[in-house]
Amino acid sequence: MIEVRFHGRGGQGAVIASNILAEAAFIEGKEVSAFPFFGVERRGAPVTAYTRIADTKIRIKSGIYEPDFVVVLDPSLLDAVNIVEGLKSGGLVLLNTKVSPEKLRINLKLSPDHKLATVKATDIAIKHKLGSKAAPIVNSALLGAFAKATGVVGLESLIEAVKNNVPIKVEENALAAKEAYDSVVIH
Amino acid sequence: MKMVMTGNYASAYGAKVCRAEVISAYPITPQTSIVEKIATLVSSGEMKAQFVKVESEHSAMAALISASMAGARTYTATSSHGLLLMHELLIWSAGARTPIVMSNVCRANGPPWSVWVDHHDSIAQRDTGWMQVFCEGNQEVLDSIIMGYKLSEREDIRLPTMINEDAFILSHTVEPVDVPDMELVDSFLPPYNPRFRLDVDEPYGFGSLVMPDMYMEFRYKLNEAMEAARQGWRDVEKDFEKHFGRNHGGLVEFYQCEGADAVLIMAGSIASTAKDVVDKLRSQGKKVGLARIRVFRPFPVEEIRKLAGMTNILAMCDHSYTFGHWGPMAQEVRGALYGTKDMPMLKNYIVGLGGKDMTPEVIEKLFLKTLELKSGLDSEIEWIGVKGHGEW
Repeated sequence: MIEVRFHGRGGQGAVIASNILAEAAFIEGKEVSAFPFFGVERRGAPVTAYTRIADTKIRIKSGIYEPDFVVVLDPSLLDAVNIVEGLKSGGLVLLNTKVSPEKLRINLKLSPDHKLATVKATDIAIKHKLGSKAAPIVNSALLGAFAKATGVVGLESLIEAVKNNVPIKVEENALAAKEAYDSVVIH
Repeated sequence: MKMVMTGNYASAYGAKVCRAEVISAYPITPQTSIVEKIATLVSSGEMKAQFVKVESEHSAMAALISASMAGARTYTATSSHGLLLMHELLIWSAGARTPIVMSNVCRANGPPWSVWVDHHDSIAQRDTGWMQVFCEGNQEVLDSIIMGYKLSEREDIRLPTMINEDAFILSHTVEPVDVPDMELVDSFLPPYNPRFRLDVDEPYGFGSLVMPDMYMEFRYKLNEAMEAARQGWRDVEKDFEKHFGRNHGGLVEFYQCEGADAVLIMAGSIASTAKDVVDKLRSQGKKVGLARIRVFRPFPVEEIRKLAGMTNILAMCDHSYTFGHWGPMAQEVRGALYGTKDMPMLKNYIVGLGGKDMTPEVIEKLFLKTLELKSGLDSEIEWIGVKGHGEW
Protein backbone atom coordinates (compact mmCIF):
# COMPACT_ATOMS: atom_id res chain seq x y z
CA MET A 1 0.00 0.00 0.00
CA ILE A 2 1.18 3.50 -0.87
CA GLU A 3 0.31 6.40 1.42
CA VAL A 4 0.53 10.05 0.38
CA ARG A 5 0.14 13.21 2.46
CA PHE A 6 -0.68 16.60 0.94
CA HIS A 7 0.02 19.88 2.72
CA GLY A 8 -1.74 23.00 1.52
CA ARG A 9 -3.66 26.01 2.71
CA GLY A 10 -7.44 26.18 2.71
CA GLY A 11 -8.61 27.11 -0.81
CA GLN A 12 -5.55 25.80 -2.70
CA GLY A 13 -7.08 22.47 -3.58
CA ALA A 14 -5.16 20.01 -1.39
CA VAL A 15 -8.31 18.00 -0.61
CA ILE A 16 -9.35 17.88 -4.27
CA ALA A 17 -5.77 16.87 -5.15
CA SER A 18 -5.97 13.88 -2.79
CA ASN A 19 -9.27 12.86 -4.43
CA ILE A 20 -7.93 13.31 -7.98
CA LEU A 21 -4.89 11.16 -7.22
CA ALA A 22 -7.19 8.45 -5.81
CA GLU A 23 -9.39 8.59 -8.91
CA ALA A 24 -6.37 8.41 -11.24
CA ALA A 25 -5.19 5.23 -9.51
CA PHE A 26 -8.77 3.90 -9.55
CA ILE A 27 -8.87 4.43 -13.32
CA GLU A 28 -5.76 2.21 -13.49
CA GLY A 29 -7.61 -0.54 -11.61
CA LYS A 30 -6.27 0.12 -8.12
CA GLU A 31 -8.15 0.17 -4.81
CA VAL A 32 -8.10 3.65 -3.30
CA SER A 33 -9.23 5.91 -0.50
CA ALA A 34 -8.64 9.62 0.15
CA PHE A 35 -9.62 11.92 2.97
CA PRO A 36 -8.87 15.36 4.40
CA PHE A 37 -7.56 15.88 7.91
CA PHE A 38 -10.87 16.14 9.58
CA GLY A 39 -10.58 19.75 10.67
CA VAL A 40 -12.76 22.82 10.62
CA GLU A 41 -11.40 24.20 7.35
CA ARG A 42 -10.90 27.90 6.70
CA ARG A 43 -9.42 29.67 3.71
CA GLY A 44 -5.68 30.19 4.25
CA ALA A 45 -5.25 27.88 7.24
CA PRO A 46 -2.91 24.87 6.93
CA VAL A 47 -4.75 21.83 5.56
CA THR A 48 -3.62 18.23 5.18
CA ALA A 49 -5.18 15.57 2.98
CA TYR A 50 -4.29 11.95 2.38
CA THR A 51 -4.49 9.27 -0.33
CA ARG A 52 -4.08 5.50 -0.03
CA ILE A 53 -3.48 3.30 -3.09
CA ALA A 54 -3.30 -0.50 -3.00
CA ASP A 55 -3.77 -3.62 -5.11
CA THR A 56 -6.30 -5.14 -2.69
CA LYS A 57 -9.34 -3.72 -0.91
CA ILE A 58 -8.38 -1.00 1.58
CA ARG A 59 -9.98 -1.69 4.95
CA ILE A 60 -7.91 0.55 7.17
CA LYS A 61 -9.86 3.70 8.11
CA SER A 62 -7.48 5.39 10.55
CA GLY A 63 -5.15 8.31 9.81
CA ILE A 64 -1.82 8.21 7.94
CA TYR A 65 1.17 8.88 10.19
CA GLU A 66 4.08 7.46 8.16
CA PRO A 67 3.53 8.44 4.51
CA ASP A 68 5.62 7.22 1.58
CA PHE A 69 5.26 10.58 -0.17
CA VAL A 70 4.67 14.15 0.97
CA VAL A 71 3.40 16.83 -1.42
CA VAL A 72 3.58 20.50 -0.39
CA LEU A 73 1.37 22.92 -2.31
CA ASP A 74 2.39 26.12 -0.54
CA PRO A 75 6.05 27.09 -0.03
CA SER A 76 5.17 29.22 3.02
CA LEU A 77 4.10 26.07 4.89
CA LEU A 78 7.72 25.02 5.31
CA ASP A 79 8.02 27.50 8.19
CA ALA A 80 4.64 26.67 9.72
CA VAL A 81 4.39 22.87 9.66
CA ASN A 82 6.86 20.00 10.04
CA ILE A 83 6.12 18.62 6.60
CA VAL A 84 8.54 15.67 6.83
CA GLU A 85 7.06 14.35 10.07
CA GLY A 86 6.81 10.56 9.93
CA LEU A 87 8.07 10.38 6.32
CA LYS A 88 9.20 6.81 5.68
CA SER A 89 12.85 6.03 5.12
CA GLY A 90 13.37 6.17 1.34
CA GLY A 91 10.32 8.42 1.01
CA LEU A 92 10.04 11.41 -1.30
CA VAL A 93 9.07 15.04 -0.70
CA LEU A 94 7.66 17.01 -3.61
CA LEU A 95 7.70 20.77 -3.13
CA ASN A 96 6.25 23.72 -4.98
CA THR A 97 9.27 25.99 -4.62
CA LYS A 98 12.04 27.94 -6.36
CA VAL A 99 14.51 27.50 -3.50
CA SER A 100 17.68 25.47 -4.24
CA PRO A 101 17.64 21.80 -3.23
CA GLU A 102 20.78 22.22 -1.07
CA LYS A 103 19.08 24.90 1.01
CA LEU A 104 15.87 22.86 1.23
CA ARG A 105 17.65 19.75 2.47
CA ILE A 106 19.16 21.78 5.33
CA ASN A 107 15.99 23.72 6.13
CA LEU A 108 13.80 20.62 6.15
CA LYS A 109 16.40 18.50 8.00
CA LEU A 110 15.92 15.81 5.35
CA SER A 111 17.86 12.65 6.05
CA PRO A 112 20.17 11.42 3.24
CA ASP A 113 17.80 8.62 2.27
CA HIS A 114 14.85 10.98 1.73
CA LYS A 115 14.36 11.93 -1.89
CA LEU A 116 13.52 15.48 -2.92
CA ALA A 117 11.69 16.76 -5.98
CA THR A 118 10.79 20.36 -6.82
CA VAL A 119 8.50 22.03 -9.31
CA LYS A 120 7.65 25.67 -9.95
CA ALA A 121 3.92 25.02 -9.65
CA THR A 122 3.01 28.60 -8.74
CA ASP A 123 4.52 29.94 -11.99
CA ILE A 124 2.80 27.19 -13.98
CA ALA A 125 -0.59 27.89 -12.36
CA ILE A 126 -0.30 31.65 -12.98
CA LYS A 127 0.75 31.04 -16.59
CA HIS A 128 -2.40 28.98 -17.16
CA LYS A 129 -4.56 31.51 -15.25
CA LEU A 130 -5.58 29.04 -12.55
CA GLY A 131 -6.87 31.03 -9.59
CA SER A 132 -5.52 34.57 -9.19
CA LYS A 133 -1.91 35.82 -9.14
CA ALA A 134 -2.24 36.36 -5.39
CA ALA A 135 -3.87 32.98 -4.79
CA PRO A 136 -3.01 30.59 -7.63
CA ILE A 137 -4.54 27.11 -7.62
CA VAL A 138 -1.57 24.80 -7.92
CA ASN A 139 -3.04 21.34 -7.32
CA SER A 140 -3.20 20.12 -10.92
CA ALA A 141 0.43 21.15 -11.53
CA LEU A 142 1.63 19.35 -8.41
CA LEU A 143 -0.24 16.21 -9.40
CA GLY A 144 1.45 16.23 -12.80
CA ALA A 145 4.82 16.58 -11.08
CA PHE A 146 3.86 13.80 -8.64
CA ALA A 147 3.06 11.39 -11.47
CA LYS A 148 6.52 11.91 -13.00
CA ALA A 149 8.51 12.00 -9.76
CA THR A 150 6.95 8.86 -8.26
CA GLY A 151 5.59 6.80 -11.15
CA VAL A 152 2.62 5.88 -8.90
CA VAL A 153 0.12 6.90 -11.61
CA GLY A 154 0.48 7.52 -15.33
CA LEU A 155 0.03 10.99 -16.83
CA GLU A 156 -2.88 9.88 -19.00
CA SER A 157 -5.07 8.59 -16.16
CA LEU A 158 -4.04 11.55 -14.03
CA ILE A 159 -5.22 14.01 -16.68
CA GLU A 160 -8.46 12.06 -17.06
CA ALA A 161 -9.03 12.32 -13.30
CA VAL A 162 -8.15 16.05 -13.34
CA LYS A 163 -10.70 16.62 -16.10
CA ASN A 164 -13.38 14.71 -14.18
CA ASN A 165 -12.86 16.73 -11.01
CA VAL A 166 -12.03 20.36 -11.72
CA PRO A 167 -15.16 22.49 -11.97
CA ILE A 168 -13.79 25.09 -14.45
CA LYS A 169 -10.80 25.66 -16.77
CA VAL A 170 -10.58 21.96 -17.53
CA GLU A 171 -8.07 22.24 -20.40
CA GLU A 172 -5.92 24.77 -18.53
CA ASN A 173 -5.67 22.38 -15.56
CA ALA A 174 -4.73 19.51 -17.86
CA LEU A 175 -2.03 21.65 -19.52
CA ALA A 176 -0.66 22.69 -16.12
CA ALA A 177 -0.41 19.03 -15.10
CA LYS A 178 1.41 18.18 -18.32
CA GLU A 179 3.81 21.13 -18.00
CA ALA A 180 4.67 20.21 -14.41
CA TYR A 181 5.10 16.56 -15.43
CA ASP A 182 7.69 17.69 -17.99
CA SER A 183 9.47 20.19 -15.76
CA VAL A 184 9.67 18.60 -12.29
CA VAL A 185 13.25 18.15 -11.09
CA ILE A 186 14.25 15.15 -9.00
CA HIS A 187 17.36 15.97 -6.96
CA MET B 1 -21.51 2.32 -12.34
CA LYS B 2 -18.45 2.24 -10.10
CA MET B 3 -17.19 5.67 -9.06
CA VAL B 4 -14.91 7.11 -6.42
CA MET B 5 -17.01 9.05 -3.91
CA THR B 6 -17.43 10.07 -0.29
CA GLY B 7 -19.86 8.41 2.11
CA ASN B 8 -21.97 11.56 1.91
CA TYR B 9 -22.26 11.33 -1.87
CA ALA B 10 -23.03 7.62 -1.49
CA SER B 11 -25.92 8.68 0.76
CA ALA B 12 -27.17 11.24 -1.75
CA TYR B 13 -27.00 8.70 -4.58
CA GLY B 14 -28.75 6.18 -2.35
CA ALA B 15 -31.70 8.54 -2.02
CA LYS B 16 -31.60 9.19 -5.76
CA VAL B 17 -31.59 5.57 -6.95
CA CYS B 18 -34.43 4.81 -4.53
CA ARG B 19 -36.45 7.63 -6.16
CA ALA B 20 -37.06 9.44 -2.86
CA GLU B 21 -39.85 11.91 -3.67
CA VAL B 22 -39.71 14.39 -0.80
CA ILE B 23 -36.45 15.55 0.77
CA SER B 24 -36.29 17.91 3.71
CA ALA B 25 -33.11 18.61 5.60
CA TYR B 26 -31.18 21.26 7.47
CA PRO B 27 -27.40 21.46 6.99
CA ILE B 28 -24.97 20.55 9.78
CA THR B 29 -21.28 19.57 9.74
CA PRO B 30 -20.37 16.89 8.58
CA GLN B 31 -23.68 16.04 6.91
CA THR B 32 -23.84 19.20 4.73
CA SER B 33 -22.49 17.71 1.51
CA ILE B 34 -25.35 15.17 1.44
CA VAL B 35 -27.88 17.99 1.34
CA GLU B 36 -25.81 20.03 -1.12
CA LYS B 37 -25.50 17.08 -3.48
CA ILE B 38 -29.21 16.28 -3.34
CA ALA B 39 -30.11 19.95 -3.86
CA THR B 40 -27.86 19.95 -6.95
CA LEU B 41 -29.40 16.72 -8.27
CA VAL B 42 -32.93 18.08 -7.75
CA SER B 43 -32.25 21.50 -9.30
CA SER B 44 -30.57 19.95 -12.36
CA GLY B 45 -33.56 17.67 -12.86
CA GLU B 46 -31.46 14.50 -12.42
CA MET B 47 -33.53 13.68 -9.36
CA LYS B 48 -37.28 14.10 -9.50
CA ALA B 49 -38.07 15.10 -5.95
CA GLN B 50 -39.45 17.98 -3.98
CA PHE B 51 -36.83 19.62 -1.78
CA VAL B 52 -38.53 21.30 1.19
CA LYS B 53 -36.33 23.97 2.77
CA VAL B 54 -36.83 24.31 6.52
CA GLU B 55 -35.44 26.31 9.44
CA SER B 56 -34.45 23.36 11.65
CA GLU B 57 -34.07 19.58 11.88
CA HIS B 58 -37.24 19.48 13.95
CA SER B 59 -39.15 20.99 11.04
CA ALA B 60 -37.39 18.74 8.53
CA MET B 61 -38.67 15.65 10.31
CA ALA B 62 -42.14 17.20 10.70
CA ALA B 63 -42.25 17.84 6.94
CA LEU B 64 -41.27 14.25 6.20
CA ILE B 65 -43.82 12.77 8.57
CA SER B 66 -46.57 14.63 6.72
CA ALA B 67 -45.18 13.73 3.29
CA SER B 68 -44.78 10.09 4.28
CA MET B 69 -48.33 9.97 5.60
CA ALA B 70 -49.49 11.33 2.25
CA GLY B 71 -47.77 8.35 0.59
CA ALA B 72 -44.45 9.82 -0.56
CA ARG B 73 -41.07 8.13 -0.21
CA THR B 74 -39.06 10.47 2.00
CA TYR B 75 -35.42 11.03 2.90
CA THR B 76 -33.42 13.30 5.19
CA ALA B 77 -29.95 13.46 6.68
CA THR B 78 -28.54 14.97 9.83
CA SER B 79 -25.87 14.63 12.49
CA SER B 80 -25.21 15.06 16.19
CA HIS B 81 -27.08 18.10 17.58
CA GLY B 82 -29.37 18.08 14.57
CA LEU B 83 -30.40 14.54 15.44
CA LEU B 84 -30.85 15.49 19.09
CA LEU B 85 -33.14 18.34 18.08
CA MET B 86 -35.24 15.83 16.12
CA HIS B 87 -35.71 13.54 19.09
CA GLU B 88 -39.36 14.40 19.74
CA LEU B 89 -40.30 13.84 16.12
CA LEU B 90 -38.28 10.64 15.84
CA ILE B 91 -40.63 9.16 18.40
CA TRP B 92 -43.59 10.64 16.56
CA SER B 93 -42.50 9.29 13.17
CA ALA B 94 -42.07 5.77 14.55
CA GLY B 95 -45.41 5.95 16.37
CA ALA B 96 -47.08 7.20 13.19
CA ARG B 97 -45.49 4.22 11.39
CA THR B 98 -43.94 6.40 8.67
CA PRO B 99 -41.22 4.50 6.74
CA ILE B 100 -38.79 7.44 6.55
CA VAL B 101 -35.15 6.64 5.79
CA MET B 102 -32.56 9.00 7.25
CA SER B 103 -28.79 9.14 7.11
CA ASN B 104 -27.14 10.14 10.36
CA VAL B 105 -23.50 11.14 10.14
CA CYS B 106 -22.33 9.99 13.57
CA ARG B 107 -20.67 12.89 15.34
CA ALA B 108 -19.85 13.52 19.00
CA ASN B 109 -22.20 15.73 21.02
CA GLY B 110 -21.03 18.95 22.70
CA PRO B 111 -19.86 20.46 24.88
CA PRO B 112 -16.94 20.39 24.52
CA TRP B 113 -17.64 21.13 20.88
CA SER B 114 -16.54 18.44 18.44
CA VAL B 115 -17.27 17.63 14.83
CA TRP B 116 -15.56 14.21 14.90
CA VAL B 117 -16.92 10.70 15.12
CA ASP B 118 -18.55 8.80 17.90
CA HIS B 119 -21.91 7.05 18.22
CA HIS B 120 -23.42 8.94 21.14
CA ASP B 121 -25.86 10.85 18.91
CA SER B 122 -27.49 7.79 17.37
CA ILE B 123 -27.28 5.59 20.46
CA ALA B 124 -29.18 8.30 22.36
CA GLN B 125 -32.09 7.63 19.93
CA ARG B 126 -32.19 3.94 20.81
CA ASP B 127 -35.67 4.01 22.32
CA THR B 128 -37.41 6.09 19.64
CA GLY B 129 -38.69 3.12 17.63
CA TRP B 130 -36.31 3.70 14.72
CA MET B 131 -34.39 0.82 13.20
CA GLN B 132 -30.66 1.54 13.18
CA VAL B 133 -27.87 0.30 10.92
CA PHE B 134 -24.15 1.06 11.41
CA CYS B 135 -21.95 1.01 8.29
CA GLU B 136 -18.25 0.27 7.90
CA GLY B 137 -17.78 1.55 4.32
CA ASN B 138 -19.32 3.78 1.66
CA GLN B 139 -20.75 0.93 -0.42
CA GLU B 140 -22.61 -0.26 2.64
CA VAL B 141 -23.90 3.29 3.23
CA LEU B 142 -25.55 3.33 -0.20
CA ASP B 143 -26.76 -0.27 -0.11
CA SER B 144 -28.26 0.11 3.38
CA ILE B 145 -30.46 2.97 2.17
CA ILE B 146 -31.91 0.69 -0.50
CA MET B 147 -32.41 -2.13 2.00
CA GLY B 148 -33.80 0.36 4.51
CA TYR B 149 -36.66 1.44 2.25
CA LYS B 150 -37.37 -2.15 1.31
CA LEU B 151 -37.89 -3.21 4.92
CA SER B 152 -39.30 0.04 6.30
CA GLU B 153 -42.09 0.08 3.73
CA ARG B 154 -43.14 -3.53 4.28
CA GLU B 155 -46.74 -3.49 5.49
CA ASP B 156 -46.05 -5.54 8.62
CA ILE B 157 -43.02 -3.37 9.54
CA ARG B 158 -43.74 0.29 8.67
CA LEU B 159 -40.94 1.67 10.81
CA PRO B 160 -38.39 4.37 9.98
CA THR B 161 -34.70 3.48 9.47
CA MET B 162 -31.59 5.40 10.46
CA ILE B 163 -28.44 4.62 8.44
CA ASN B 164 -25.39 5.59 10.48
CA GLU B 165 -22.16 6.59 8.75
CA ASP B 166 -19.13 7.73 10.75
CA ALA B 167 -18.24 11.42 10.60
CA PHE B 168 -15.38 12.18 8.20
CA ILE B 169 -14.04 8.62 8.31
CA LEU B 170 -16.86 7.71 5.94
CA SER B 171 -18.64 11.01 5.27
CA HIS B 172 -15.59 12.77 3.77
CA THR B 173 -13.48 9.81 2.64
CA VAL B 174 -13.64 8.78 -1.01
CA GLU B 175 -13.74 5.08 -1.86
CA PRO B 176 -14.86 3.12 -4.92
CA VAL B 177 -18.66 2.79 -4.79
CA ASP B 178 -20.89 0.93 -7.22
CA VAL B 179 -23.99 3.04 -7.85
CA PRO B 180 -26.58 0.58 -9.16
CA ASP B 181 -28.77 1.39 -12.16
CA MET B 182 -32.14 2.78 -11.16
CA GLU B 183 -33.88 0.07 -13.17
CA LEU B 184 -32.15 -2.60 -11.09
CA VAL B 185 -33.20 -0.78 -7.91
CA ASP B 186 -36.75 -0.55 -9.29
CA SER B 187 -36.84 -4.32 -9.69
CA PHE B 188 -35.93 -4.70 -6.02
CA LEU B 189 -37.86 -1.80 -4.55
CA PRO B 190 -41.38 -1.17 -5.86
CA PRO B 191 -42.99 2.29 -5.39
CA TYR B 192 -44.33 3.02 -1.91
CA ASN B 193 -48.04 2.50 -1.87
CA PRO B 194 -49.56 2.58 1.64
CA ARG B 195 -53.05 1.30 2.27
CA PHE B 196 -53.92 4.33 4.43
CA ARG B 197 -52.77 7.84 3.60
CA LEU B 198 -53.59 11.48 4.12
CA ASP B 199 -56.11 12.16 1.39
CA VAL B 200 -58.64 15.00 1.33
CA ASP B 201 -61.04 12.89 -0.71
CA GLU B 202 -60.91 10.02 1.72
CA PRO B 203 -60.21 11.44 5.18
CA TYR B 204 -58.83 9.41 8.09
CA GLY B 205 -57.63 10.48 11.51
CA PHE B 206 -53.92 9.91 12.27
CA GLY B 207 -52.13 10.12 15.60
CA SER B 208 -55.12 11.42 17.51
CA LEU B 209 -55.93 10.88 21.19
CA VAL B 210 -56.56 7.36 22.40
CA MET B 211 -57.89 6.52 25.83
CA PRO B 212 -55.88 4.36 28.25
CA ASP B 213 -57.75 1.29 27.06
CA MET B 214 -56.10 1.48 23.63
CA TYR B 215 -52.70 3.22 23.96
CA MET B 216 -50.78 0.16 25.07
CA GLU B 217 -52.18 -1.78 22.13
CA PHE B 218 -50.56 0.68 19.67
CA ARG B 219 -47.23 0.32 21.44
CA TYR B 220 -47.57 -3.46 21.42
CA LYS B 221 -48.13 -3.39 17.64
CA LEU B 222 -45.09 -1.19 17.13
CA ASN B 223 -42.92 -3.51 19.16
CA GLU B 224 -44.31 -6.50 17.28
CA ALA B 225 -43.16 -4.85 14.05
CA MET B 226 -39.70 -4.21 15.51
CA GLU B 227 -39.43 -7.85 16.60
CA ALA B 228 -40.46 -9.00 13.12
CA ALA B 229 -37.86 -6.71 11.58
CA ARG B 230 -35.09 -8.95 12.94
CA GLN B 231 -35.98 -11.70 10.49
CA GLY B 232 -36.94 -8.93 8.08
CA TRP B 233 -33.35 -7.65 7.82
CA ARG B 234 -32.06 -11.17 7.22
CA ASP B 235 -34.60 -11.69 4.43
CA VAL B 236 -34.08 -8.29 2.84
CA GLU B 237 -30.32 -8.76 2.72
CA LYS B 238 -30.69 -12.18 1.07
CA ASP B 239 -33.04 -10.67 -1.48
CA PHE B 240 -30.64 -7.75 -1.94
CA GLU B 241 -27.79 -10.15 -2.63
CA LYS B 242 -29.85 -11.92 -5.28
CA HIS B 243 -30.43 -8.63 -7.08
CA PHE B 244 -27.12 -6.86 -6.57
CA GLY B 245 -24.60 -9.68 -6.02
CA ARG B 246 -23.23 -8.49 -2.67
CA ASN B 247 -24.11 -8.52 1.00
CA HIS B 248 -22.75 -6.84 4.10
CA GLY B 249 -22.81 -9.68 6.59
CA GLY B 250 -26.30 -9.77 8.07
CA LEU B 251 -27.29 -8.29 11.43
CA VAL B 252 -23.90 -9.15 12.89
CA GLU B 253 -20.94 -9.81 10.62
CA PHE B 254 -18.72 -12.55 12.01
CA TYR B 255 -15.07 -12.27 10.98
CA GLN B 256 -12.82 -15.16 12.06
CA CYS B 257 -14.97 -15.77 15.17
CA GLU B 258 -15.18 -19.58 14.98
CA GLY B 259 -12.97 -21.19 17.63
CA ALA B 260 -11.55 -17.84 18.72
CA ASP B 261 -9.95 -17.27 22.12
CA ALA B 262 -11.10 -13.66 22.05
CA VAL B 263 -13.56 -11.69 19.94
CA LEU B 264 -13.93 -7.91 19.89
CA ILE B 265 -17.39 -6.57 19.14
CA MET B 266 -17.50 -3.27 17.27
CA ALA B 267 -19.84 -1.14 15.17
CA GLY B 268 -19.07 1.27 12.34
CA SER B 269 -15.83 2.04 10.53
CA ILE B 270 -13.40 0.92 13.25
CA ALA B 271 -14.51 -2.65 12.55
CA SER B 272 -13.10 -2.32 9.05
CA THR B 273 -9.64 -1.42 10.36
CA ALA B 274 -9.92 -4.22 12.93
CA LYS B 275 -10.23 -6.85 10.18
CA ASP B 276 -6.67 -6.05 9.05
CA VAL B 277 -5.54 -6.51 12.65
CA VAL B 278 -7.37 -9.85 12.94
CA ASP B 279 -5.58 -11.09 9.80
CA LYS B 280 -2.21 -10.00 11.18
CA LEU B 281 -2.73 -11.66 14.57
CA ARG B 282 -4.17 -14.82 13.02
CA SER B 283 -1.05 -15.09 10.83
CA GLN B 284 0.95 -15.09 14.08
CA GLY B 285 -1.17 -17.94 15.41
CA LYS B 286 -3.27 -15.83 17.78
CA LYS B 287 -6.88 -16.93 17.69
CA VAL B 288 -8.80 -13.65 17.56
CA GLY B 289 -11.98 -12.62 15.78
CA LEU B 290 -14.23 -9.66 15.18
CA ALA B 291 -18.02 -9.37 15.38
CA ARG B 292 -19.45 -6.26 13.75
CA ILE B 293 -22.88 -5.19 14.92
CA ARG B 294 -24.47 -3.90 11.73
CA VAL B 295 -28.11 -3.74 12.79
CA PHE B 296 -28.43 -2.28 16.29
CA ARG B 297 -32.21 -1.90 16.35
CA PRO B 298 -33.81 -4.39 16.36
CA PHE B 299 -31.02 -5.82 18.50
CA PRO B 300 -29.57 -9.04 17.04
CA VAL B 301 -30.15 -11.26 20.06
CA GLU B 302 -29.84 -14.62 18.25
CA GLU B 303 -26.58 -13.64 16.53
CA ILE B 304 -25.02 -12.49 19.80
CA ARG B 305 -26.06 -15.77 21.50
CA LYS B 306 -24.55 -17.71 18.62
CA LEU B 307 -21.34 -15.76 19.11
CA ALA B 308 -21.19 -16.87 22.73
CA GLY B 309 -20.63 -20.46 21.62
CA MET B 310 -17.77 -19.49 19.32
CA THR B 311 -15.30 -17.81 21.68
CA ASN B 312 -13.97 -17.77 25.25
CA ILE B 313 -13.83 -14.01 25.69
CA LEU B 314 -16.10 -11.31 24.28
CA ALA B 315 -14.99 -7.69 24.55
CA MET B 316 -17.45 -4.97 23.57
CA CYS B 317 -15.78 -1.85 22.18
CA ASP B 318 -18.38 0.87 22.66
CA HIS B 319 -17.94 3.95 20.48
CA SER B 320 -20.18 5.80 22.94
CA TYR B 321 -21.06 5.61 26.65
CA THR B 322 -23.80 5.90 29.20
CA PHE B 323 -22.62 7.89 32.19
CA GLY B 324 -23.01 5.84 35.33
CA HIS B 325 -23.31 2.40 33.75
CA TRP B 326 -21.58 0.19 31.16
CA GLY B 327 -21.28 1.17 27.54
CA PRO B 328 -24.67 0.90 25.82
CA MET B 329 -23.80 -1.91 23.42
CA ALA B 330 -22.10 -3.84 26.23
CA GLN B 331 -25.31 -3.63 28.24
CA GLU B 332 -27.26 -5.08 25.35
CA VAL B 333 -24.73 -7.83 24.70
CA ARG B 334 -24.72 -8.82 28.38
CA GLY B 335 -28.50 -8.78 28.48
CA ALA B 336 -28.76 -10.97 25.40
CA LEU B 337 -26.27 -13.47 26.81
CA TYR B 338 -27.85 -13.88 30.25
CA GLY B 339 -28.76 -17.48 30.88
CA THR B 340 -27.00 -18.92 27.83
CA LYS B 341 -24.82 -21.99 28.11
CA ASP B 342 -21.07 -21.49 27.54
CA MET B 343 -21.19 -17.92 28.76
CA PRO B 344 -17.90 -16.32 27.66
CA MET B 345 -15.93 -13.93 29.79
CA LEU B 346 -17.10 -10.37 29.13
CA LYS B 347 -15.21 -7.12 28.94
CA ASN B 348 -16.15 -3.55 28.01
CA TYR B 349 -13.92 -0.90 26.46
CA ILE B 350 -14.95 2.67 25.70
CA VAL B 351 -13.06 3.73 22.56
CA GLY B 352 -12.60 6.52 20.05
CA LEU B 353 -14.86 9.19 21.54
CA GLY B 354 -14.87 12.52 19.71
CA GLY B 355 -12.71 11.14 16.89
CA LYS B 356 -9.80 9.75 18.93
CA ASP B 357 -8.14 7.77 16.17
CA MET B 358 -8.51 3.98 16.36
CA THR B 359 -5.30 2.93 14.65
CA PRO B 360 -4.33 -0.69 13.91
CA GLU B 361 -1.74 -0.35 16.69
CA VAL B 362 -4.39 0.57 19.29
CA ILE B 363 -6.72 -2.20 18.11
CA GLU B 364 -3.88 -4.73 18.22
CA LYS B 365 -3.13 -3.74 21.82
CA LEU B 366 -6.82 -4.18 22.63
CA PHE B 367 -6.77 -7.72 21.22
CA LEU B 368 -3.59 -8.63 23.11
CA LYS B 369 -4.91 -7.16 26.34
CA THR B 370 -8.17 -9.07 25.92
CA LEU B 371 -6.36 -12.37 25.29
CA GLU B 372 -4.65 -11.95 28.67
CA LEU B 373 -7.91 -11.81 30.62
CA LYS B 374 -8.00 -14.78 32.93
CA SER B 375 -11.35 -15.53 34.51
CA GLY B 376 -14.83 -14.53 35.46
CA LEU B 377 -16.89 -11.49 34.63
CA ASP B 378 -14.58 -8.52 34.30
CA SER B 379 -17.01 -5.77 35.14
CA GLU B 380 -14.47 -2.98 35.08
CA ILE B 381 -14.97 -0.60 32.16
CA GLU B 382 -11.80 0.68 30.61
CA TRP B 383 -11.66 3.96 28.74
CA ILE B 384 -8.99 3.41 26.10
CA GLY B 385 -6.44 6.11 25.32
CA VAL B 386 -7.50 8.66 27.94
CA LYS B 387 -4.54 10.86 28.92
CA GLY B 388 -3.20 9.98 32.35
CA HIS B 389 -4.93 6.59 32.32
CA GLY B 390 -2.45 4.12 30.91
CA GLU B 391 -0.09 4.04 27.94
CA TRP B 392 -1.75 3.76 24.54
